[in-house]
Amino acid sequence: MTSTQQKPKTYANDVCMSLENVTISYGNFEAVRNVYIDIPHGQVTAFIGPSGCGKSTVLRALNRMNDLIPGCHLKGRVIFDNYDLYEPHVDPVEVRRRIGMVFQKPNPFPKTIYENIAFGARINGYRGDMDELVERSLRKAAVWDECKDKLQESGLALSGGQQQRLCIARAIATEPEVILMDEPCSALDPISTLKIEETMHELKRSYTIVIVTHNMQQAVRVADMTAFFNAEAVEGGSGKVGYLVEFSETERIFNAPAQQSTQDYVSGRFG
Amino acid sequence: MSISTIGAPHEDLFDRRPLSFDRRLKRNRINRVLTGVAGMFATIAIIPLVLVLFYVLVQGGSLISLSLFTELPPPPGLDGGGIGNAVVGTLVVTLVAALVAIPVGVGGGIYLSEYSMGGWFARFVRFGNDVLAGVPSIICGVFVYGAIVATRILFDRSYSALAGGLALAVLMLPTVIKTTDEGLKLVPQELRWGAYGVGASRFVTIVRITLPSAFTPIATGVVLAIARAAGETAPLIFTALFSPFWPESLLSPIATMSVLIFNFAIMPYEAQNALAWAASFVLVVMILIANLLARWFSSFAQR
Amino acid sequence: MTTDSSNDAFTLRRRPPLERFLDTGFRQLTLALASVVALLLLGIFLTIAEGAHEAIGTFGAGFLVSSAWDPVNNQYGALVAIYGTMVSSLLALAIAVPLGVGTAIFITEDLIPTRLRSAIGLMVELLAAIPSVVLGLWAIFVMEPAIRPALELLHRLLGWTPFFDTIPQGPGMAPAILILVVMILPIITAISRDALNQVPLELRQAAYGIGSTRWGAIFNIILPAAISAIVGGVMLSLGRAMGETMAVTMIIGNSLNFSFSLLAPGNTISAMLANQFGEASGIQVSALMYAALVLMVLTFIVNVLAQMLVRRFSLRY
Repeated sequence: MTSTQQKPKTYANDVCMSLENVTISYGNFEAVRNVYIDIPHGQVTAFIGPSGCGKSTVLRALNRMNDLIPGCHLKGRVIFDNYDLYEPHVDPVEVRRRIGMVFQKPNPFPKTIYENIAFGARINGYRGDMDELVERSLRKAAVWDECKDKLQESGLALSGGQQQRLCIARAIATEPEVILMDEPCSALDPISTLKIEETMHELKRSYTIVIVTHNMQQAVRVADMTAFFNAEAVEGGSGKVGYLVEFSETERIFNAPAQQSTQDYVSGRFG
Repeated sequence: MSISTIGAPHEDLFDRRPLSFDRRLKRNRINRVLTGVAGMFATIAIIPLVLVLFYVLVQGGSLISLSLFTELPPPPGLDGGGIGNAVVGTLVVTLVAALVAIPVGVGGGIYLSEYSMGGWFARFVRFGNDVLAGVPSIICGVFVYGAIVATRILFDRSYSALAGGLALAVLMLPTVIKTTDEGLKLVPQELRWGAYGVGASRFVTIVRITLPSAFTPIATGVVLAIARAAGETAPLIFTALFSPFWPESLLSPIATMSVLIFNFAIMPYEAQNALAWAASFVLVVMILIANLLARWFSSFAQR
Repeated sequence: MTTDSSNDAFTLRRRPPLERFLDTGFRQLTLALASVVALLLLGIFLTIAEGAHEAIGTFGAGFLVSSAWDPVNNQYGALVAIYGTMVSSLLALAIAVPLGVGTAIFITEDLIPTRLRSAIGLMVELLAAIPSVVLGLWAIFVMEPAIRPALELLHRLLGWTPFFDTIPQGPGMAPAILILVVMILPIITAISRDALNQVPLELRQAAYGIGSTRWGAIFNIILPAAISAIVGGVMLSLGRAMGETMAVTMIIGNSLNFSFSLLAPGNTISAMLANQFGEASGIQVSALMYAALVLMVLTFIVNVLAQMLVRRFSLRY
């Protein structure tokens, strides 16, 4: 998206991560194939598409979370900071410290709110003032006001929407360069969703954000760039395999898509 | 660098390293050490099984012959003989235990899962069942000795196969109740509603619908409980006692393989020690086959 | 009832008395069968308390702290057996807990291929199926001779402490502890494995997602989340170790003399019961019942504590 609004970063259109011919399979089944995307710096990129099109799989591939799934295998290259993240000498722990993640279901640690934030910062070797970091992170995630009086209470005592913003705070506390969000609002009510979207607008000043969403309005509201994924039946097989249909400015995807199937999806004709 | 990174505002306060894996890093060294330790522990954990199986198969397996199953143990000091009476005795005592424990346990489990509605009595019985499961097996033996053997309550007989079977039944009961209770809980509620919806009574629903659909987990648990009971010794040594002869009746002392192993292992005669190994072989093979069958059956039924 | 033609096909519109009888009768029957558990517990307690009555009257609480066990003069005290029960089960636990929990971590936390994991899991479960008496036989003829050089070395190095000041000569406390480890290891491993498997995937993802190393996630997030069930399992296996009879009886030496030394023969309550009950008479039977009562109360306390711990911890998480 060519925003006219003045940004502090002059390299807003630089490529932050790029996927080159990425194919991901679980065991013998291909989940998604031949994906090429250049994710720009300092912008929000949305992945949309019907269920089973592999958009969450691609997202998890960006910080090697798929390593936790037995049998998951990736072909192709994912470039970040001049590294192919899937080279054997790359340390996935180091990758995840620089590419944070917020998950579909709020998943705070069964620890205090304070510890939820401090834990990640500590293992990332944070040397500054912890109290200040906790407050700053919770403020950025727009959950400080609800939490400030109960920092020593369990993170599980918060409501679902607050828990999810706590998880966002936890992710940004470690100062990653990229934040991945896997349908962060799918388990939340509309008001919490709105708050999290506001948080995202706030965050994109300092971070690159990639978000998977089911909700097309949400993509329109938050994303600068949008990738539309679809799934097609495999020849001779029983399953479906996902693929990238088109990747462009959000405005174009929703108003003047190049592909007919994108047009069908965004206008609600299927999916 | 062609791709620049956006400097996050406080990045200098964090440890930032290149993405490449560094073996010498403290955290990676710690990880390697801990993984090695865990692997060593797992190896130590399976060594006893391997060694026990090896010795039982080698020491006991070499003695397997037909006469082992058809002959009686020799008198102390003599060679040869078999463990025929103990094999029969183990089957008899275990059968008695199963015939008592299965109806009682399945019935009790049905009550807990289907009728109790989680009331205080059910909570009490579940708690009591856990306590009973924790009662040491030797205590079961002492109990049956005190209640049945010493009082000669069963047809004025003291030590008997029946008393031994009852002691084993006490031991089996908690397992049978628990597997029934939990097996029935896995049956989806919709199935029961469906049966009630066509006007089936509680009894018919349980016997024709609920119980059959929970058959696999219950049967698996029961087989494992029987296999466990077949190897138990402590409840038998002063209830079923031992006998050097073929079993006469349910009301007289009876030989079992487990008690035979115990008695013969501590005898200073090589022939008896050898028979203890042979009995171990038969017992272990029986129990392992039952275990593997139960596992295979349950994983087969899950598909 | 009017004779409506459409109803003729259904002869059971009204439930016959037999069916109703079956329905209520079956309920009463299962209720009675469930009550068997309560009756059995009561029966076990009363039988043993009744049997112990005479000894309790004669020896009182002194039974618990006296180490005299003298059938000739009818003087009985269970200190040797009680001490042996506690020492053998606690030391066995101290060895088995790290081994069991470590094994459970090894086979749940994606450190090795899935096939190998389930193979190790199956082997540990099969170890639990081996009868105690077979392990005892193995301990007598294989394990004890094999570890004796190591025990002798211990004696040479640490013989100056009271715990190793006897020369190992066969059956004794140390081999009994080791065989107890073999027996409770599968329980601890199985329960820890189930507990770790139940830690939600979301929590693991959260830990790895902020850049935890594998063992960082295990120690900081996964183990704390599973700790309640693991502690419960440890307590349950403590109860099992205290009541374990056959293998211990066969290898502990059944000494009636008190000794601190782990290399000397010792005794436990259950071993004493297994050895003496058959041939005892008179007040010796009552004294054995008294010891059985002590064992029962000890295991009862441990088992109830185990259940309470599980409940308390699970409320917090």
